[in-house]
Amino acid sequence: MSIKLTIDGKEVHARSGENIIDVASQNGVYIPSLCYVKGKPCLGTCRTCSVKVNGRVMAACTMPVADGMEIEVNDDAEIVDMRKALVELLFSEGNHNCPSCEKSGRCELQATGYEVDMMVSRFPYRFTPRVVDHASKTVFLQRDRCIFCQRCVDMVRDERTGKKIFSIKGRGTHSSIEIDAELANDMTPQQVRYASDLCPVGCIIDKTQGYDDPIGQRKFEIKSIKDRALEKEHR
Amino acid sequence: MSNEIQSIVDRYDSDRTRLMDMLWDVQKQQGHISDKAQAQLAQALNMSSDDVSETLTFYHFFLNKSFGKHQVYLCNTVIAKMNGYHDVRKALEQEIGCSFNSVDDSGVIGLGDANCIGLSDQEPAMMVDDVVFTRLTPAKVKEIISQLRQGKSPEEIANPGAIANTELAYVEAIVDANLRTDSIVLFKPNRDYKAILQTCLDNYIPEEVIEMISDSNLKGRGGAGFPTGLKWQFGREAEGEEKYIICNADEGEPGTFKDRVLLSHSPKDVLLGMIAAAYAIGSRYGIIYLRAEYWYIKEFLQQQIEDFRDQGLLGKQILGKDFEFDIRIQMGAGAYVCGDETALIESCEGKRGTPRVKPPYPIQQGYLGMPTSVNNVETLACASRIIEKGAAWFSDMGTEDSTGTRLLSVSGDCEKPGIYEIEWGATLNEVMTMIGAVDPRYVQISGPAGDSLSVEQDGEREFCYSDLSCNGSLMVFDHTRDILEIVRDYSEFFVEESCGICVPCRAGGVDLMHKMERIIAGRGTEQDLEEITTWSNLLKGTSRCGLGTAAPNPILATMDKFPEIYAEKLVVQKGPLLPSFDMEEALSAHELAVKKLMKEEV
Ligand SMILES: Cc1cc2nc3c(=O)[nH]c(=O)nc-3n(C[C@H](O)[C@H](O)[C@H](O)COP(=O)(O)O)c2cc1C
Ligand code: SF4
Ligand code: SF4
Ligand code: SF4
Ligand code: FES
Repeated sequence: MSIKLTIDGKEVHARSGENIIDVASQNGVYIPSLCYVKGKPCLGTCRTCSVKVNGRVMAACTMPVADGMEIEVNDDAEIVDMRKALVELLFSEGNHNCPSCEKSGRCELQATGYEVDMMVSRFPYRFTPRVVDHASKTVFLQRDRCIFCQRCVDMVRDERTGKKIFSIKGRGTHSSIEIDAELANDMTPQQVRYASDLCPVGCIIDKTQGYDDPIGQRKFEIKSIKDRALEKEHR
Repeated sequence: MSNEIQSIVDRYDSDRTRLMDMLWDVQKQQGHISDKAQAQLAQALNMSSDDVSETLTFYHFFLNKSFGKHQVYLCNTVIAKMNGYHDVRKALEQEIGCSFNSVDDSGVIGLGDANCIGLSDQEPAMMVDDVVFTRLTPAKVKEIISQLRQGKSPEEIANPGAIANTELAYVEAIVDANLRTDSIVLFKPNRDYKAILQTCLDNYIPEEVIEMISDSNLKGRGGAGFPTGLKWQFGREAEGEEKYIICNADEGEPGTFKDRVLLSHSPKDVLLGMIAAAYAIGSRYGIIYLRAEYWYIKEFLQQQIEDFRDQGLLGKQILGKDFEFDIRIQMGAGAYVCGDETALIESCEGKRGTPRVKPPYPIQQGYLGMPTSVNNVETLACASRIIEKGAAWFSDMGTEDSTGTRLLSVSGDCEKPGIYEIEWGATLNEVMTMIGAVDPRYVQISGPAGDSLSVEQDGEREFCYSDLSCNGSLMVFDHTRDILEIVRDYSEFFVEESCGICVPCRAGGVDLMHKMERIIAGRGTEQDLEEITTWSNLLKGTSRCGLGTAAPNPILATMDKFPEIYAEKLVVQKGPLLPSFDMEEALSAHELAVKKLMKEEV
């Protein structure tokens, strides 16, 4: 069924059932997102896709469009700043040292930081010690950079048994991502590549891959995360 | 695989969704759930070990390493702290001979903290294995620990008369009910449940039961206040091979304990409410999600279910009709967030209590993906009265928008803490008089997630959904109490109980707590207050579930009601250093290093 709604005051048409992120991008409006993967069940963890729907703050990836919705993405200064604040929170919560990071230039957090005009985090940097896990032969987990998006937990499974390779441990600020080393050892090179590409940041690192692309020719330097999202090429 | 683990897995038909029960069974049998036991469970359930651990490590009371033969958890709420908590804490450390979060040298007793355990009217209180001890003093602690050391079980100490744990007297030997008011709607003694259900089934089709509940204007007592009749109607209309009724007895909100008293003193009201809901919606299975802090009610509650089965009120062909329904009890394991209906459902499915993304709502897709009506204990008890006495009887009480009564769990600075049943519409001042609050200044209603009231400003406001929509928790603080410290304590509670899945609550909650600490330390400025407001709005707006959206409430509301106590604490920046900069702390590491090096040189 075709429905009508507005995004930043502009009337657009959409099919019911689609979510706000997809409808916005079809209409040239970029909404930052760090956990959503098009075509996969939505995770709703990063909240950086927050927009106002009829005046109320909602996560755009979790919200199906409905007839008559009034959506504010960039028209409302408060919501623009909220998205920026959420990205800043992720930088202050983890330990991000972009110049030495394997993912730099290909990192969705870094790229999104640029899109929301982040300069420095307004929140105090926490410098929480986080332990690197390199037990598996195929990948290591650089937990300093994990943003706890849950992509790996939900979307990477052992191909033979269907068991989870990545899991959560603990709760709240103490939660961390764990990797089952044995199952990870059995990952095919393709699956390793899938997992490390799926990770939006430089947490799941393919042990066989380093700083492959020279500076200036890295993924988001060639084309920004925003342009990729709008062209539906991203992922 | 060990036979023990295999028989536990078999007990639940190797059903992965029953992992909570399996973990409890292993822990009850072996004292904790070792890496090896996790691996065996994982193998039997075709999961990775880490996946089992994902559930295990989420819950406060699941142990992955030994924590003594007996586990002592002292409740550390603000109410406990007003009633001698600190002395009791010291006494525990002394008598057990270890500090908190550790086990004594002999490996007999492990000592830890717990958030509210539903005993605010009889604090200080602690859990010891499956029972609790209330109104603790250092002397009482000494006695209990010495008996434990002599080899007595906690049950024997708490229940010296050796009353069977299926009896109400057992529960009463352990905790007080403190029922302070006469029955209006709830706690009606001597009800003939069979006759009530018979009349209902004989005279009304499911749609009419829903109509009756809708006409009564009963609203959910768990917090959100959603119209119960409408929820059941959605449940009836929703499509699904199965439908489920869940009674939310997680009662984690600090300060509330009315569901504990309902489940012990009117359990069959609650069961009857579930049966009515099942009939209305067309459900065959019900679950009572009981918090682990209430283990000592479990066998009693199970006995009530058995009684109903024996009387033909549960089971196949209930009262001879073509109506089948049965109930099981699902034990939680210590997680406040599991009170959220979607987290609760995840927990019932054997997973970590991560609140789900909404929509879809549980009434469309809940337990095992099927339409599920989650209702609070008190809501269900009210429903059982409505099917007995009719909608008009119920809606005549209370106010226009808030019909019937409300149970208040009262604690803090008052003469008579306990359970009060009030008609909606009562004012705060009336309640203060009723409970014998002598010098009340600040009242926290609905727990930390609720609202902060100034008795002076809010005294004439009414308890009702359009004004003071209280979920039952009511904590009173007089003029001697340190409000900022209470608020800081609440912000710490939310940090500890955050599930951690979404960014604003997980990361932002910590920053809000740090702001409170800074203000209390006398290092906060006007700018800190401004940041508290905007950061709070961030949490309120963008958090995924009600925990994160409510976490800033105590700070925001007390800033509004008691601005002077914040203003008193603020400082202005003098000189180039920010007031938040603590020179001593910043240099402490250096000093420590110097000291250490000096020692090494000698
Ligand atoms: C963090 C959190 C904790 C909650 N805790 C409880 C609880 O302990 N008991 C309860 O009945 N509802 C609790 N709720 C509300 C439930 O999600 C749900 O709305 C309620 O059980 C529905 O029942 P009702 O309609 O009868 O109120 C909680 C909600 C949140 C967000
Ligand atoms: S993960 Fe991204 S943001 Fe973090 S250090 Fe690496 S490039 Fe920078
Ligand atoms: S490891 Fe990567 S994919 Fe997994 S939760 Fe962390 S950031 Fe997300
Ligand atoms: S708001 Fe807090 S408790 Fe709720 S989903 Fe987010 S992190 Fe979990
Ligand atoms: S993209 Fe919507 S919550 Fe992460």
